[in-house]
Amino acid sequence: MAEFLQFLISGLTVGAVYALVALGFTLIYNASGVVNFAQGEFVMLGGMVTVFASAAGVPLVLAAFIAVVVAIVIGLLLHRLAIEPARGASAVTLIIITIGASILFRGIAAIIFDKQFHKLPGFTGETPINILGAAVQPQSFWVLGGAAVVVVALYVFLEHTILGKAVLATAANRLAARLVGINTTTIMAIAFGGSAAIGAIAGILVTPITLTSYDVGTLLALKGFAAAMLGGMGNPVGAVIGGLLLGLLEAFGAGYLSSTYKDAFAFLVILIVLFVAPQGLFGRRVVERV
Amino acid sequence: MGALLNQRFLILAMLAVVIAVLPFVFPSSYYFRVASLVWVSALAAIGLNILMGQAGQVSLGHAAFFGIGAYSVAIGPTHLGIPSWAALLIGAALSAVLAYLVGRPILRLKGQYLAIATLGLGVRGALVISTESGWTGGPDGMPVERLTLFGWRVSGSYTWYWVTGALLLVGTWIALNLDETPTGRAFRALHDSEVAAQVVGVDVARFKLQAFVIAAVYGSIAGSALAFMNGFINPDQAGFLHSVELVTIVVLGGLGSVVGSIVGAAVLVTLPQALTVFQEYEHLLLGLIIIVSMIFMRNGIVPSLSGLFHRKART
Amino acid sequence: MTILKATDIGISFGGVKAVDGVSFSVSPGQILSIIGPNGAGKTTLFNIVSGIYAASRGTIHLADENVTDLSPHKLAARGLSRTFQNLQIFQRMTACENVMVGRHLREKCSLLPALFRTPSVTRQNRETRAAALDLLAYVGLKDVADVPAGSLPYGACKRLEIARALAAEPRVLLLDEPAAGCNAVETEEIDHLIRQVADRGVAVVLVEHDMKLVMKISDRILVLERGRPLAEGTPREVRDNPKVLEAYLGQHGAREAARA
Repeated sequence: MAEFLQFLISGLTVGAVYALVALGFTLIYNASGVVNFAQGEFVMLGGMVTVFASAAGVPLVLAAFIAVVVAIVIGLLLHRLAIEPARGASAVTLIIITIGASILFRGIAAIIFDKQFHKLPGFTGETPINILGAAVQPQSFWVLGGAAVVVVALYVFLEHTILGKAVLATAANRLAARLVGINTTTIMAIAFGGSAAIGAIAGILVTPITLTSYDVGTLLALKGFAAAMLGGMGNPVGAVIGGLLLGLLEAFGAGYLSSTYKDAFAFLVILIVLFVAPQGLFGRRVVERV
Repeated sequence: MGALLNQRFLILAMLAVVIAVLPFVFPSSYYFRVASLVWVSALAAIGLNILMGQAGQVSLGHAAFFGIGAYSVAIGPTHLGIPSWAALLIGAALSAVLAYLVGRPILRLKGQYLAIATLGLGVRGALVISTESGWTGGPDGMPVERLTLFGWRVSGSYTWYWVTGALLLVGTWIALNLDETPTGRAFRALHDSEVAAQVVGVDVARFKLQAFVIAAVYGSIAGSALAFMNGFINPDQAGFLHSVELVTIVVLGGLGSVVGSIVGAAVLVTLPQALTVFQEYEHLLLGLIIIVSMIFMRNGIVPSLSGLFHRKART
Repeated sequence: MTILKATDIGISFGGVKAVDGVSFSVSPGQILSIIGPNGAGKTTLFNIVSGIYAASRGTIHLADENVTDLSPHKLAARGLSRTFQNLQIFQRMTACENVMVGRHLREKCSLLPALFRTPSVTRQNRETRAAALDLLAYVGLKDVADVPAGSLPYGACKRLEIARALAAEPRVLLLDEPAAGCNAVETEEIDHLIRQVADRGVAVVLVEHDMKLVMKISDRILVLERGRPLAEGTPREVRDNPKVLEAYLGQHGAREAARA
């Protein structure tokens, strides 16, 4: 029971991070149709900037704030300098561009920061809390709570603000949105900035648990994408549930089966989803028109 | 037709001349090494271009097959006592079989889903190599026994220049052959319109799979060649970055252009060598090159140039 | 004698019945037209018959063989070929190569000889090209044989698609709006072409909006409305059917039909 609970909580914690990455994917994908492979680098930036800023003596809260701002600026630049100029390119070309961006960001991070692993202190100490025999790091609650706040905030933004509704309209039909006067370029920029912020927050929250380094982005991006696929590409609720499910799957897979190929479990599931139900758990089936 | 036959012959002849003449202008053995690297990368890219440029299916995990070729000639002789040349063939066969098995389900995916799925598979491939360190030496890599053919020990950058050059010539010849055959046409047809190809009887799944297997075998042989040449390999050669490099070579040179793949390889291999001063900046540069070439050179160097040439010729 | 027989075909997308209980059959040398207002399910029906969509109910027989749910390339191998409403030509290939792909099923296509370009491959290539050029001449496109298909004008692309479909030597040919977007002269040419094809013993199923063309060349006409069959018969029967006049043709169409 204690073991089960241990896996459950660690699965949910990692899953919350995947959920945030998947949410970032979904936001950009909905607004622009771009699969942004550099999403993982936002997570990396969130962690790394916070680590180095607080090492330079900046208080943790301020350091975290700086990290989010840096990520947003990078996200906006990515949109302005790499995605906008490639308007009209095929989906695959756009993916390759974002892969290029991901490599670029990684290269820059390796130079500005370093190639070591870094850790942040837990926000509220590191003494494990005992819950029914399971030792839980207090930071887990920060991750889960923080993710919940982000999800709720995004929900409120999308459903209850004019700007958010414009994002939804653009996602539903870009051409129609433009016709009713929505500036879809601005919407795309908001999506990139917002995704970057979400990614950075995920990075800040999880760094005390999983550590961070300049190259953590690739695997995170893959898993975030996997989570988004699992939930149904383009569905924010699906992204969150997909992320949590993937985290649980990994935790229980590693716990009860084998931890050597923990990363492979997730991928296997994705392949199965792709073939059995390409529309994901919550997506709509698309009929190709000829 | 006659013109096409000639064009094919012309490309091969020009390539042969370039390979034969370059040694006269190379001042040191370092240049032979770099040129051999270009030939090997071009070989892998030509194969990938059959998949991407001809059949229109992206693979972002192609270095996995490169890795299989490389590790086959490393593991075969070292752990299993298989002769080097046989290990190369076994690696190619293994790649073909794996491509066939993986390709069957995965090639049903389209566009970005295929891109991510192949990318993911490639990443797992590199992960397996790093993890199974008992066989592969793990992240540190492992040494490769020299290739011995009929008692002749193939070594030295000068020798490998010619061996890889010859391999590239054969690879180019085969790729050019394919173009004007029912198979080559089926590839290009399903690239332009899968549904139209189907209704005239093209078994789209089968031909995608063929293109994938061909590309895998090219990649595997190129990987084996590089492993022999370097006498050492590490998981990077099977890794994500190398996959992206290969795709960049293909797109940069020009999708569907055999010459383009060679030119693309020349650019992407020599550029970092020329900028060795900035070794720290290697990733940064690669990222920049990818972004810039995807935005501004979407049609590729060779098709853009030949388009320019034709326009000039007409006016 | 019936070559293609569709029985009680139905399909729905997200609860909407796009095609619902449609049956038809066609014999060699016969021209069957399927008409109906936009959204009547004509193209969807074609997509089902040619294996692109899987029907949720109904059966399709081709030459007495049950071919329901067979994939398009298998149907092609059994003698069914088609064109598309929105052009599906191979843009980056020349006109001639487009038609050569149409010969795919008539060619031996093994990989190893192709990779090493054996003399037999070269010989076969020459034969295929000759056959393709003949077909291009037949549809009046011989002059543009080596022009990239992507740069051909619309009307030429329409005929190119027909040539490509014919290259497969089909027993049944489905034509989806072959005259759409063509001017009067081009329509006349296509009319002529379809009739010739039918005279060679090919069963032709035609979806077309040009009523003049339909009334002129059809042996039988099937009228669909909102996915359901409304009427079927000879052009005269359909033209005089009050249900059709009312539901589909309307006053304007009725006048046009009367003139044809």
